[in-house]
Amino acid sequence: MPDAFVMALAGGICIGLATVFLMITLGRIGGISGIVFSAAKNHVENLWAILFIAGLVLGAFLFHVNSDRPIPAFDVPMPLLLAGGFIVGVGTKLGSGCTSGHGICGIGRLSLRSIIATCTFMLFGFITVYTRLHGGAT
Amino acid sequence: MKLSMALLSGVLFGFGLALSGMTDVNNVIGFLDLFGDWNPTLAFVMIGGILVTLPFFQFGLGKIRAPLFADIFRLPTRTDIDGRLLTGAALFGIGWGLVGLCPGPAIASLAYLNVDIIYFCVAMMAGMFVTDFVDGLITEKS
Repeated sequence: MPDAFVMALAGGICIGLATVFLMITLGRIGGISGIVFSAAKNHVENLWAILFIAGLVLGAFLFHVNSDRPIPAFDVPMPLLLAGGFIVGVGTKLGSGCTSGHGICGIGRLSLRSIIATCTFMLFGFITVYTRLHGGAT
Repeated sequence: MKLSMALLSGVLFGFGLALSGMTDVNNVIGFLDLFGDWNPTLAFVMIGGILVTLPFFQFGLGKIRAPLFADIFRLPTRTDIDGRLLTGAALFGIGWGLVGLCPGPAIASLAYLNVDIIYFCVAMMAGMFVTDFVDGLITEKS
């Protein structure tokens, strides 16, 4: 197996363990869109969510400090960046979850809602990228 | 204690995201290019994650009475498949395909101190709050 596959698998296992740990200790689902929203909406009640988010940033930082993997390039035109971010926000709020809440936790719970949501956002992700890269759109 | 557990879980999650390659939008777009030049690497992230969560939720969780530092397990209870879920998931997929960032990697990437990522996160939060606000208006009316 190529190195990148092993790192992806190991990273996925870390993410799975992090959500299991959060459930065992605080009884919360490790869905990032939900955690981020509750942290922003009621930060006094959800201090734990703010610390979780701080940890998320710190964890990525710690990885790059301790590995020779360069910081990924991020070069997306501003209008696309803002539109994409806004749509991700609307979609995850409306659909009650994202890749972690529906994809990692929901599928683990064998929730039909999450399985259908995951298939839906993957499919629309595939279609969007195909249209952008191969659909003749500029 | 409760707060340090949340921090620790976040660190492990963020570390996993960076390790897996999910914070690299070129990787993500390559993975989402299923009908074109597909890069299957990130499929292993979901496989790795589910490899842990599936046995835990199916066999482990039932054996624990309560969380260590909270009163109850807060698990989603809804089982209905409605238009809201489908529309939301479809929109999320479109936004994900446009930029290559979903919420977890977007927040974790703030570690890279790139101002564009901050803009993305602000736009994402705006999307969540606008949806929540409109939701509130609709609930008030009905």
